[in-house]
Amino acid sequence: MSVGELLADKRICVCGGSGGVGKTTTSAAIALGMAAQGAKVAVVTIDPARRLANALGLDELENEPTRVDPKRLAGNIEVKGELWAMMLDPKRTFDELIERIAKDPERAEEIKANRIYGELSTAVSGSQEFTAVAKLYELARDGDFDLLVLDTPPSRNALDFLDAPGRLTSFLDGRALKAFLRPTGLGMRVLGRGAAPFLGALRRVTGVDLLSDLMTFFSLLGDMTDDFKERAQGVERLLHSPQTAFLLVTSAQPAAIEEAIWFRRTLSESGLPFAGVIVNRVHHDRLGDSEPADVVAELGTELKADLAQRVAANFADYHVLARRDRLGVERLRAELGGAPLLLVPHLDDDVHDIEGLLRVHRFLFASETEREQLIAGVVA
Amino acid sequence: MAVFSTAVPGLFERRLIFVTGKGGVGKSTVSTALGVLAARRGLRTIVAELASQERVRQAFGQGGDTFAEVALGERLFTISVDPQYAMEEYLKVKTGPVGQALGSSRLFQAFAMATPGMRELLSVGKVWELSQDRRRTEDANPYDLVIVDSPAAGHGVGILRTPRTFAEIARVGPIAQQGRAIAATIADRDFTAVVAVTTAEEMPVNETLWLRDALAAEQLPLDAVIVNARYPERFAPGERSALMAAREHASGPQARAALSAAVSEQARAASQSAEVERLSGGLGQPLVELPYLFAEDMGPGELETLADALDRGLREPAAAELVS
Repeated sequence: MSVGELLADKRICVCGGSGGVGKTTTSAAIALGMAAQGAKVAVVTIDPARRLANALGLDELENEPTRVDPKRLAGNIEVKGELWAMMLDPKRTFDELIERIAKDPERAEEIKANRIYGELSTAVSGSQEFTAVAKLYELARDGDFDLLVLDTPPSRNALDFLDAPGRLTSFLDGRALKAFLRPTGLGMRVLGRGAAPFLGALRRVTGVDLLSDLMTFFSLLGDMTDDFKERAQGVERLLHSPQTAFLLVTSAQPAAIEEAIWFRRTLSESGLPFAGVIVNRVHHDRLGDSEPADVVAELGTELKADLAQRVAANFADYHVLARRDRLGVERLRAELGGAPLLLVPHLDDDVHDIEGLLRVHRFLFASETEREQLIAGVVA
Repeated sequence: MAVFSTAVPGLFERRLIFVTGKGGVGKSTVSTALGVLAARRGLRTIVAELASQERVRQAFGQGGDTFAEVALGERLFTISVDPQYAMEEYLKVKTGPVGQALGSSRLFQAFAMATPGMRELLSVGKVWELSQDRRRTEDANPYDLVIVDSPAAGHGVGILRTPRTFAEIARVGPIAQQGRAIAATIADRDFTAVVAVTTAEEMPVNETLWLRDALAAEQLPLDAVIVNARYPERFAPGERSALMAAREHASGPQARAALSAAVSEQARAASQSAEVERLSGGLGQPLVELPYLFAEDMGPGELETLADALDRGLREPAAAELVS
């Protein structure tokens, strides 16, 4: 199975996974490959390597997809379709969202100047995830592209991407707070006490000013919360659509494999369309369970004795990694129950330019047989 | 404490160490190895994980009650900090029965957890509590050192900034007070240290340089930079052509694979050296290097090896000579 086949009838491809597993390069390589096959593709990424951004001519000031100049790819790969890319600016995306749904520009300005909003939109956690799906939703609704590829924000935990937008939406929705402050609200009933001591407790915990700031913020948002809710529902529909594919990107290290398994289970439980796993940086030495025998003897007299010794020692070390990766991939394969699993070998150096992109692309879009041959070419 | 003549001034003389860096560089592993080393030096140490992934405990092959302080070895403990659990604990101690009822209300929890920055404030608040001489938690013993396995760099800086932000937003009241107390602790260089972990690759190095600037904007220094997973430089650049020629003429598949591995190793090590040089030049501060471990998993044995390397590295940072 190649990525080309996996995404044949898809409109959205979400690349998830924990940090440091090559998600950005993989997303860009997927977009490139689909564009090469003739589609008009946009890749939305948050924090690409400077060299990759430069190579693609990405400008962080745009916050909209821009077409990657075909000249940049010419001579390397024939692109029948169009490749577009954008670097997401979370703060600006949030501001634009407010400007779009506020009832007038004055209200939008007031909200943007609110301190709670300032914290919310630059924050800590969640704002990248929230704005990434917000952008994805808008691009999908505009319908200018055959395929959108989303590189999910870097996070330690792949699941953040699924949780954070909902958390933020439920905050913006303000239902929880309103319910609390209403004298007949559920909060009061749960406590079985009058409103006064309850509100007192809430004040004691949060401080009067924080509470009133929150109230101001929500009153500014007013009926905009309905828009947020509607959008959130739209996003949910989009992510659950059969035309959406979640691809999980991981490395073969034991901790990453465990996380991938966990992520896959959560996707299934949430009813999200899981399409397969891409395992990056896999060490292969094709020795299986057999130990590297006397490599030194096989090396013959080509190399000086001490260099041959070092080659053998290095090979023994890589055999440990190859064995580790093979066991990890086997464990993952067993868990996946037949879902597609694509392996990309550990390539020699950092892949953060067009050249690197093309190398990853070759593995992702190769047929099974081609991939076997490619892997044979980069053993260990 | 002057007996430990560390070149990085007194890392283990602080009470609170935040360990941060880009995702995938081995923050949890390095945090734990730091913990192993601190415990070895006689400090009662706890490694606090903020992402509740329990990687530390997994490395020691332990299960057990989540979110509790768990002993891993002599003088070494771990805890997985969960914001919701921290909130319930805080409310129980601070606000009596009404607060307790509030904390156990699902709606209030949903609201508090959704408030931007609240999860971070609660997490860092728990970490702060762990580092105090007089613990808020009942029957809890104080620690000599708390090592915080923090989220990835951007979010990691957020964690450090959150208490002050809340102090400013809330102005008065308990959150403001708590925020101010924690912010003062974080700003106290005698008490708190920030350590960056990176690998010698382009993106992690960029993020480390960015982290230094982002911390500087918060008036926080970067007390140590640890370069994890350095390949051994087994082959000299001049040997590359010999290795490639030998691969051309290799007699058997095993020899060919071994020579390919050697050629790759040489390229990876060379690319790492270039990145280390860039990092060292950009930071103008010594680096501590840890070896790449060719191991199937990170178990106690591997952590001991890394603790040994940290011990050496913190005494004499490897790249000191690169800094002019």
